[in-house]
Amino acid sequence: MTESQGVIPCSEAVRQLWDYLDQAVSPQDQAKVEQHLSFCRSCCGELEFANQLRGFLASQSAGELPEHVKARLERFLTDL
Amino acid sequence: MGSDAITSLPVSSYKLSRRMPQPGLEIGGRIVEVQDRTRESFQRLASAELPALYWLARRLVRDGAEDLVQEALLRAYRSYGTLRQDTAAGPWLKSILVNVFRDQLRRQARSPAELPVDQVEDFSLYQTLIEQDPLPYSDTLHHDYLRAFANEDVREVLLRLPELYRAPLVLRYMDGFATKEIARLLDVPLGTVLARLHRGRKRFEQELWAYAQETGLLLRGTVQ
Repeated sequence: MTESQGVIPCSEAVRQLWDYLDQAVSPQDQAKVEQHLSFCRSCCGELEFANQLRGFLASQSAGELPEHVKARLERFLTDL
Repeated sequence: MGSDAITSLPVSSYKLSRRMPQPGLEIGGRIVEVQDRTRESFQRLASAELPALYWLARRLVRDGAEDLVQEALLRAYRSYGTLRQDTAAGPWLKSILVNVFRDQLRRQARSPAELPVDQVEDFSLYQTLIEQDPLPYSDTLHHDYLRAFANEDVREVLLRLPELYRAPLVLRYMDGFATKEIARLLDVPLGTVLARLHRGRKRFEQELWAYAQETGLLLRGTVQ
């Protein structure tokens, strides 16, 4: 796909996918990305994977504190 | 204690005043919305945030996460009076921790070079997985690939990234800070944050692939 056909190329679409998911692109760029995605199966896959990666990062939750760390930090707070 | 002392003395040597300033808004000669700013209330608020602070610190630094948390707690206690709403304690404490982290980086006087754009732009983990097909029996290759990474594996992958890229990535996608807030916390222009996020994401994808190859992650039998 080339720009001469009036749409952005795959490289440009892929470069903008995370910003697109973040809703951090201009309305014009959003329209260009969506236009590209409307016919490019490969970039739709890239978009889906970018979304999975975002969820993957967000799911690395804090979890519980190890007991020895918790004890030391709580003692530190108590000693303030 | 002078404000400069916090950077030059060991954490354990600090003893701070137990009387904190009490913020409030004066309207018509009356003080309204006075928050409880005692040592005990700080301990209560901070205690609830310890897991989030500790895990954020562990993603930012390989060693010394506990020290980072302790220094952040000290700095937070010193400025406890500036916290306007208890409900904002979590983001407030995290912001202070990031400030401590940023100051540590500056003291180390290390300034890792920005990666050349073309060095990271060309890699696509999505395409690499399709081409290399490391899980040939999987019907959901990309999903299963990510599922092979335990929390500690992800941390190791993140720690392979230069701080320059790791910090924005962690703050944006793991701790939910807005890009403008990250720019303020790291004291860099917004455009710089956006560029580092882009390169950090690509570098993260590269390292997700390299780490699995080098450690034999997919052979551990964690993927069902």
